[in-house]
Amino acid sequence: MAAIELTMDNFEKEVLQSDIPVLVDFWAIWCGPCKMLSPVVDEIGESAEGFKVGKVNVDEEPDLAERFGISSIPCLIVFKGGREAKRSIGVIPKQAVLDLVKNA
Amino acid sequence: MKDVIIIGAGPAGLTAAIYALRAGKSVLLLEAKAYGGQIINTPEIDNYPAMPHVSGFEFAQKLYEQAVSFGAELVYEAAVGIESSGDVKVVTTSSNNKYEAKAVIIATGAKNRPMGLAREEELIGRGVSYCATCDGMFYRRKDVAVFGGGNTAVEDALFLSQYCNKVYVIHRRRQFRADAADVEKLKARENVEFVLDCNVTDLIGEDKLSAVEVTNKVDGSRREIPVAGLFVAIGQMPDNGAFSNAVELDEKGYVAANESCRTKTPGVYVAGDCRTKEIRQLTTAASDGAIAALAACGEM
Repeated sequence: MAAIELTMDNFEKEVLQSDIPVLVDFWAIWCGPCKMLSPVVDEIGESAEGFKVGKVNVDEEPDLAERFGISSIPCLIVFKGGREAKRSIGVIPKQAVLDLVKNA
Repeated sequence: MKDVIIIGAGPAGLTAAIYALRAGKSVLLLEAKAYGGQIINTPEIDNYPAMPHVSGFEFAQKLYEQAVSFGAELVYEAAVGIESSGDVKVVTTSSNNKYEAKAVIIATGAKNRPMGLAREEELIGRGVSYCATCDGMFYRRKDVAVFGGGNTAVEDALFLSQYCNKVYVIHRRRQFRADAADVEKLKARENVEFVLDCNVTDLIGEDKLSAVEVTNKVDGSRREIPVAGLFVAIGQMPDNGAFSNAVELDEKGYVAANESCRTKTPGVYVAGDCRTKEIRQLTTAASDGAIAALAACGEM
């Protein structure tokens, strides 16, 4: 499944009330490293099993960025049972992203 | 077995790959994080010949696609050791895989130098940043500081001064190593204050940064500057410790080699920022990549 575009309107339902863990990528168009990480996150989304993947554009959703204290991107957060379980800042390889989800 | 293993897929490593592949050799690139290296953090490159205004991301992507178009294979594993037994080199990775090749090119680049302060690690993403272009927007209309005096620091300060309320430029000396044109531009910005001859000596704040303490090197006086963000740009450091058995490292940890890019071990070469050199630029990284690859191919 492709990564879900997350907004203030669907974040509660798609992430916080999700039965399965959700990997969320906080990113922005002007951030070079985000563009490096984004295709990796998309790829993981396509083949995700037992979790799902979403993306927050911090320019379009500043309130979500503010709510989760994002001040450094790219930032990946794994939400589990409605709570933040893991967080990683910066570009990391695909296996490290998968490990982040696995260890959440 | 491959002909050439290249450790690091930044500008030096990818250029080396292009040259080796065009010489008809097989190439395996090992990359610990993402291709492109440090240049992906640069919003606009204005000093690479014939490519004005290209973004670091675009540059990295084009270079990567070019290498792949010639047949480069890229594996995302960190190299943790090189063993050389005559004509065969064995590179071990963090995933415990072993890859063999006739030649190895070390192109590990450099990473941001930390300040070495207590709580620095803890406050990353909570006020402490090493990438102004990634994180600057989160500090819109706030007060921030940049620590450093080189090109990165001055470019960061120029960038941040467009969005932030106030930018303090903290530098250990009075003279800047950065390009004079950029320093002059920065001096003209009304919301920039220079804090010279000073080191950042403490990070203040509970859950997130609220101020930095600076200490004047000349008179020892201390000053607390309230800022929401501190952008650290005090240079780079190499990451070659894992290869010290195969190559000689200088006192700072760079791989010792002259412009020929040959190390003390036959068949092991070094290219780019991780080599002992005066000038670390995109152009010199690309240049090293070509030299190392052609040496490797010629001496195989």
